[in-house]
Amino acid sequence: MVVKGMVKPGAYFDSVTLMQAARELSGRPGVSDAAVVMATAENKAILKSSGMLLPEFNAAGDADLLIAVQAADEKAAALALAEAEPLLRGSRKRTGQDAAFSPKSLESALQVLQDANLAVISVAGRYAGEVAMDALQKGLHVMIFSDNIPLETEIELKKFAQGRGLLVMGPDCGTAIINGVPLAFANAVSRGEIGIVAAAGTGLQEVSSIISNEGAGVSQAIGTGGRDVKKEVGGIMFLEGLRALAEDESTKVIVLISKPPHESVIQKLGAAVKALRKPVVAMFLGADVDAVAACGMTAAGTLEEAALLAVALAKGESADAARQKLRSHDAELDRGAAQEAGRFAPGQKYLRGLFSGGTFCGEAQVIFRGLLQEVYSNAPLAPAQALADAWKSQGHTVVDLGEDAFTVGRPHPMIDFSLRNRRIQDEAKDPETAVILLDVVLGYGSNLDPAGELAPAIQAARQTAAAGRRHLAFVCSVTGTEKDPQVRSKVEAALKAAGAIILPTNAAAARFAGRIVKELAEKAGLRR
Amino acid sequence: MAIKDLFQKELKVVNIGLESFKESLDQCRAPSVQVDWRPPLAMDAAVIGAVRAASETIARANAQAVAKVLAARPYLIGLEKALDAVPGMKKNLLLHAGPPVTWERMCGPMRGAVMGALIYEGLAKTPEEAGKLAQSGAVEFAPCHEHSAVGPMAGIISPSMPVFVLKNEENGNLGYCTLNEGLGKVLRYGAYGPEVVKKLKWMETVLYPALKKAVAKLGKVDLKNIIAQALHMGDEVHNRNRAATSLFYRAVAPAIVRTAPDAETAAQVLEFINGNDHFFLNLSMPASKVSLDAARGVASSSLVVAMARNGTDFGIQLSGTGDEWFTGPAPVPDALFFAGFTKKDANPDIGDSAITETNGLGGFAIAASPAIVQFVGGNAADAVNYTRRMYEISLAESASYQIPALDFRGSPTGIDAIKVVEKGIFPVIDTGVAHREPGVGQVGAGILNAPAEPFQKALAGLAKKLGRNQ
Repeated sequence: MVVKGMVKPGAYFDSVTLMQAARELSGRPGVSDAAVVMATAENKAILKSSGMLLPEFNAAGDADLLIAVQAADEKAAALALAEAEPLLRGSRKRTGQDAAFSPKSLESALQVLQDANLAVISVAGRYAGEVAMDALQKGLHVMIFSDNIPLETEIELKKFAQGRGLLVMGPDCGTAIINGVPLAFANAVSRGEIGIVAAAGTGLQEVSSIISNEGAGVSQAIGTGGRDVKKEVGGIMFLEGLRALAEDESTKVIVLISKPPHESVIQKLGAAVKALRKPVVAMFLGADVDAVAACGMTAAGTLEEAALLAVALAKGESADAARQKLRSHDAELDRGAAQEAGRFAPGQKYLRGLFSGGTFCGEAQVIFRGLLQEVYSNAPLAPAQALADAWKSQGHTVVDLGEDAFTVGRPHPMIDFSLRNRRIQDEAKDPETAVILLDVVLGYGSNLDPAGELAPAIQAARQTAAAGRRHLAFVCSVTGTEKDPQVRSKVEAALKAAGAIILPTNAAAARFAGRIVKELAEKAGLRR
Repeated sequence: MAIKDLFQKELKVVNIGLESFKESLDQCRAPSVQVDWRPPLAMDAAVIGAVRAASETIARANAQAVAKVLAARPYLIGLEKALDAVPGMKKNLLLHAGPPVTWERMCGPMRGAVMGALIYEGLAKTPEEAGKLAQSGAVEFAPCHEHSAVGPMAGIISPSMPVFVLKNEENGNLGYCTLNEGLGKVLRYGAYGPEVVKKLKWMETVLYPALKKAVAKLGKVDLKNIIAQALHMGDEVHNRNRAATSLFYRAVAPAIVRTAPDAETAAQVLEFINGNDHFFLNLSMPASKVSLDAARGVASSSLVVAMARNGTDFGIQLSGTGDEWFTGPAPVPDALFFAGFTKKDANPDIGDSAITETNGLGGFAIAASPAIVQFVGGNAADAVNYTRRMYEISLAESASYQIPALDFRGSPTGIDAIKVVEKGIFPVIDTGVAHREPGVGQVGAGILNAPAEPFQKALAGLAKKLGRNQ
C-alpha cells in the first residue's frame, strides 16, 4: 500500500466539489482511499488519523489544496493523482460556462442584482462569519448554512441584525422557506397561513410537508440554527422570527419547533406569546408538554402532532379535535403493528433506526419513551442511553447518521446514501434485528433518486434475512410533497415495491416500528 | 426596517457558496445571483483590524489618489539622453526593472542586459569583463521606478541611452523610458552580442536625433488619446501595441519626413517604427508611469502605484506607504511558448511593463484585445471575464480608456491592495517570457497572476503607517 499526494497552493474549490472529487478518486482501480481537502489544521488531523498526511502537507496552509490517494501500488496512485486535477477543473468549467460570468464578491453581486435582499452563505465556517457580517452591513438578511462558526460570532451577528430589523438564519441552518421560495434543504410546499420558526432543520421540513400534504399551507418558515435557543444566544432570532410572524398579516397560526430551549428562552417566548392574538403551537422535542402549555402555547409532543394542530387551528377547528383524530390513527397503527409482529422468527427482537434527519432520530426516541425499555443512540435523548460505538448497534438502537462522526469528508446522508446502505446490510445480518426504521427526506438539496439508492439495499437486506429464515420489517416515512423534485408518491411506490412498509410521517413510522418490537417482547415474555 | 417587510417583497438571493443552492433557486424561478467566492488571503488579525478601523480614512484617501490617476494627461514632450534628463542619472549607474536587486541576486536575462549595456557604454570590451565590472561594485544599480522611469523586461537604462520624455500635464510630473528595440536578439531580453550593441548604437545615432527633431517639431504628442483609440482598435497596449504603434506612426511620420537630414534617414526611421509592433509599448509604459506617479504619497491610501518585477522578485508600492517596496518571489509565467521552448526554459516574470496593468491597461483591459486571446485560453469570453474580474479589485473605471466589448465601460483602474487581499483575487498581467539564460531572448508570451505575498506585506506596511497617522 502506498500513499501519494500533492499540494496545490491557492487552489480553492467548494466542499461539495472536493468531496465529489474524493469520492470519484476512491473508486479508481487499485485506490483504497482518497482525500481532496483544503489544508486546514482540522483536515490535516483527519488525514493524519487515516495515514494520509504526507510530510510535504505540513507546511501547507488554509488556502492550499491537498490531494492524497492511498493505493495498492505506485502506478495506481499516480494514475489517480493525475485524474484529480481534471476532475476539479471539470467541475468548475461546468459551472463557469461560456460567457456567463459570476461576480467574485458580494459587492459586485449587488451590482448585478441590485435589490437583492437575502444572502445565503455556505462557505467554510471560518470565513462565514465575516461574509455574513458584510451582508448584514449591506442591509441584507442572511441565511448561514455553514457550521463551525464560533458562538461569539453568532451572538455578534444576531445582535447586530436585531438592531436593524434583519434576519440571521443560522449558523447551521439547513432549511427555510421565505415568500414561498425554498432555501437550501427545503420542500416545495403550498403557501398558506401557517408560519413556522424552527431551530431544527428536518423538523421544519417534516412539519411544513405535513401541513402542505394536509391541504393547508405555509406563509413563512424561518430557520434559526440549533444554538439560537440556548442560553448564550438567548433565542434572539427565535423571538425575532416569532415577532415578525406575529406582525405578518398573512400568518394566522404560528408553529415553533426546537429541541427544548433554555429555560430563560422559554420564559421570554411565553411572555411574547401571551401578548399575541394568534395561536402558537410549540413542539419542543422531548420537553415537558404541560410546562410548555402553561406558557400559553398549544403544546405538541411530535412534529406530526404540531403540524396537525396547526392545520386544525388554521381551519378554525379545536386542538382537542385534532388530538382525538391523532389518537384514533395511533390505535389503527397499533393494530397493524400487532399483525406484523406475527411474522418474525424467535430471537428477532430489536429495532434499528437509521436516520438521515437528526430531528427524526430525536422524535423517534420521544415516541419510544412510553413504549420501549432500553434504547441506545449516538444522539441520546433521555431516557435513551449513549451508544458505546456509533458504528455498531446494541439492543434497540437509533442512529443519527448526520452526526459529525459520519459526515466528516463525506456528503450529508440525505445526499449520499452509501453509508446508510452499508449499515442496513450490517443490521440485516444480525439475527436479533426485527425492524429497520428509516427516514427518507425529499426536497431541494436532497438526493434526486432516493428510491433508486435505497430500494436495492432494502431488497438485498431482505434476502439476507430470508436466507436465515427470518422476516425483516422495513418501516419508512417519506418527508416531502408531490411538488418536490423527487415526487413523494413515486418514491413511496418504489419503496413499497421493494417491500418496505410506508407510513405517512416519521412519528407514525416510529410508533409502528416501536409497537412491533414491543409486541415481540411481550410475546417472548409469554413464551418464557 | 423590520423583518416582516421582507415578506412583502420579492425574494432576491445572493448565493455565496454551494452552487447547488443556486440551481434549486433557478428551478423555483427565484431571482438569484451566484458569487464565485474565494477565501481571503491569510492575514494577521491585527493588520485586518487596523485596516478595518481606518476604513473611512482609507476610502477618502483612495478616492483622492485614484482621481489623480484618472485625471492624468500624459504627453510625449521630447527625447533626451538618459544622462541629461533622468533625475539622479550618472555615469556609473544602471537602472533596471522591478524592485531593487543586487548583481548576486539578478536573474540570467537581467545580468545579460547589464553586460550588454556596459559593453554599449564602452565600459567593458567583452562579456567576461562586463561581468567582472558589474560584480566589482564599481557600477551602481537602482530601480527605474525610483528615477521616474520604467523599462520593459530587464529594463536597463544606461547613461548614453536615448529616452522618451513624458509629462503628465495635469500634475506636471515627468517620466522616462528607453526606445523599443524590436524583437529578436535584444538587450531587454538579456541578449548582449555584437548585433545587439550595434542596434543600440544605431538607435542612439540615427533613430534618436530624427525622432527628437520630429517630436520637437510637433511640440507634443497626446498619448492618452492614442491609447484610448488603440483600445477601440484591438490593443490593450501591453502585449498588443499594433494599433497604437500605427497611430503613433501616423502622428509622427510627416514630422520625421520634414525634419530628417535626408530621405534615407527618414525612411530608415519610419521602417524601424513600422517594423516593430511593440514600438508603442515604450510609450504606453511611461504614460502609465506618469499617471500613477501623480497619485503617490496620499497618506493612508491602499492604491497600488507600481507593480514591477526584476526576474527574481515581484514588488509593489502603495500610494500610502512612500517609497517602500513590498516583494515576494516572481512567479514563472504559464505561457504559450515558441516552438522548441517549454516552461523549463522560462525565467521568472520580469519587467516594469506591469505598470500598464497598474494603470487599468494590459491584462486589465484584455477584453479590448480579442486578437491576443490565445494567451488566455483562446476564448473571447475568457478575455472578457478576466477584465470583469479586475473590476472587483479596482477603485474606479477610466473615463477615457474604454472596453468596446463591455459596451464601452471604462477599464478597471486603480488596484486596491485591500480588495486584493480581502477577495483573494490577483491582478492579471499580460507578459512576455524571457529565457532564463542570458542572451537567448524571448521564448513565449502569456498571462499570469500577481503573487499574493507582496500584497499581504503591503497591507501590513499600510497598517503600520495607519497606526502612525492617527
